[in-house]
Amino acid sequence: MVSITLDQVGVTLGHRTVVRDASATFAPGTLTGIVGPNGAGKSTLARAMLALVPHTGRILVDGEPVAGMKRAQLARRIAYLPQGQTLHWPLSVERLVGLGRLPHLGPMSRIADSDEAAIERAMVRADVLALRDRDATELSGGERARVLLARALAVEAPALIADEPLASLDPGHQIDVMELLRGEANAGGLVVAVLHDLTMAARYCDRLVLIDQGVVVADGTPAEVLAPEHLRTVYGIEARVELGGDWPTITTLGRSA
Amino acid sequence: MTFSRPLLLAGLLALTLVAAIGSILFGPVSLSLGRMLATFTGHGDPIANAILLELRLPRMVLGLAVGAMLGLAGAALQGYLRNPLAEPAVLGISNTAALGAVAALYFGLSQLHPAVLPVLAVLGAMLSLGVLFTLAGTSESPLTLILAGIAVATLASAGISLALNLSPNPFAAMEIMTWLLGSLENRSIDHVWIALPCIAVGMGLLLWDGRALDALTLGEDGAQALGVELRATRLRLLLGTAIGVGGAVAVSGAIGFVGLIVPHLVRPLTDRSPSAILLPSALGGAALLSFADLAVRLINTQNELKLGVVTAFLGVPVFLIHLMRERRLW
Repeated sequence: MVSITLDQVGVTLGHRTVVRDASATFAPGTLTGIVGPNGAGKSTLARAMLALVPHTGRILVDGEPVAGMKRAQLARRIAYLPQGQTLHWPLSVERLVGLGRLPHLGPMSRIADSDEAAIERAMVRADVLALRDRDATELSGGERARVLLARALAVEAPALIADEPLASLDPGHQIDVMELLRGEANAGGLVVAVLHDLTMAARYCDRLVLIDQGVVVADGTPAEVLAPEHLRTVYGIEARVELGGDWPTITTLGRSA
Repeated sequence: MTFSRPLLLAGLLALTLVAAIGSILFGPVSLSLGRMLATFTGHGDPIANAILLELRLPRMVLGLAVGAMLGLAGAALQGYLRNPLAEPAVLGISNTAALGAVAALYFGLSQLHPAVLPVLAVLGAMLSLGVLFTLAGTSESPLTLILAGIAVATLASAGISLALNLSPNPFAAMEIMTWLLGSLENRSIDHVWIALPCIAVGMGLLLWDGRALDALTLGEDGAQALGVELRATRLRLLLGTAIGVGGAVAVSGAIGFVGLIVPHLVRPLTDRSPSAILLPSALGGAALLSFADLAVRLINTQNELKLGVVTAFLGVPVFLIHLMRERRLW
């Protein structure tokens, strides 16, 4: 169990302030979606939570500031699925997923049976077991996205931050991935996902954080956050939002006037 | 085609041993097996003793050590920079180290203290590595790095030529070739003592970070999120490469392409992860350079061929083929 607290967090990259004054709390057992237009600062906020970019304000993991934390320690608490899918060496899928066990390995130790089991579990859950001997660089975009998700799952950390886990997935696999993230949260995990598909976000997330130009504009249930006036001011779109019932849908009607 | 790791290492070790024994057995002067045995059992004739113990033995040790260092440095740099074309000579590290050595030797600085020669070579290597790592941090393109390396290498080789031309040295032209193409001709046990400590430290530092290099397969963010302290890794890699390659180049000159060829030859025999090629690249480098050195001794030319000539003939085709495969570069 792990919780993450952001307290007036700001991030400046170069001379540009990308995130300002962001405060939020992420609790175990919840799936939180971070939504917002391109360039709003969603990924930067996610990276700040892993201390990958310097920040002002405070980011606490279980009450401890991430800024001073040892990387290996943080790596065992929060698994991270970065955006994009550049792979630099043609590793086999199984070997690649196995990289997720690095935070658990001692300095000179080899992969143990318990690590093998975790790798196996992660491949089963991300539905990539059949690909285990393939070269990860020769997979289709969707296959690779699932393999990289399996890599993040193999860490078996209590928290998972996934940056655009649905990118380049077909509708079927998008549902699989969201179900999987939902399952992680239901099992007590803390899951934060940067998402672009608002319907998917509304359907699976307990809570959404809407960001625009580096500022948290709204934070609450999908119904509260995805109000038509928010979509108008933040995304510049007119949309029909139907969140009641079993199948929430958000239909984009067009650009706001 | 993947061999089990013990099998691969055993095979490479055997190859290295063959190269080492070959370096002792063969040379421009042919000695009978009996005379060689006499020397190694302690009652050889003075000529055989001199040839074997003062010429061939240091040369064998240096061939193995310098080759191992270059192979390992190539493998580590390729892993860290995620660039299959990275290696000490292509990136200009060997040339700047050679420039440091030349400055030490031809301006009399090395006479002040024996450590000045390797220290200046290490500083030279560090200078180019600093430039390269800064560039690698700001640019994702592998091409930027190669171009910067070529620029640094060209500048350093111009510096070597200038230094040698300025120095009161009647053999300047020959010496320039030696430093730019590398040679193990006429190396003594003193050279061994200069190079070995540096190479031992360098190899130790480079073998440390296999895990971190594996994690870098996922990029810098991905690696850090897996617990890699990138700054410490970068520092160890920079120091390891600079000290090891600096020490090697200080005695052998800039031998090109060993660090490029060897990782490419061994990678298909492993699981292709950066950590898996480190040790095999060191062994392969030792064997390759020893065989190359054996070749320059046995090929009958008026002046002994420079080592870099042989390694370039082997390495440039590998380099070109790889460059063409990397279509994203065009």
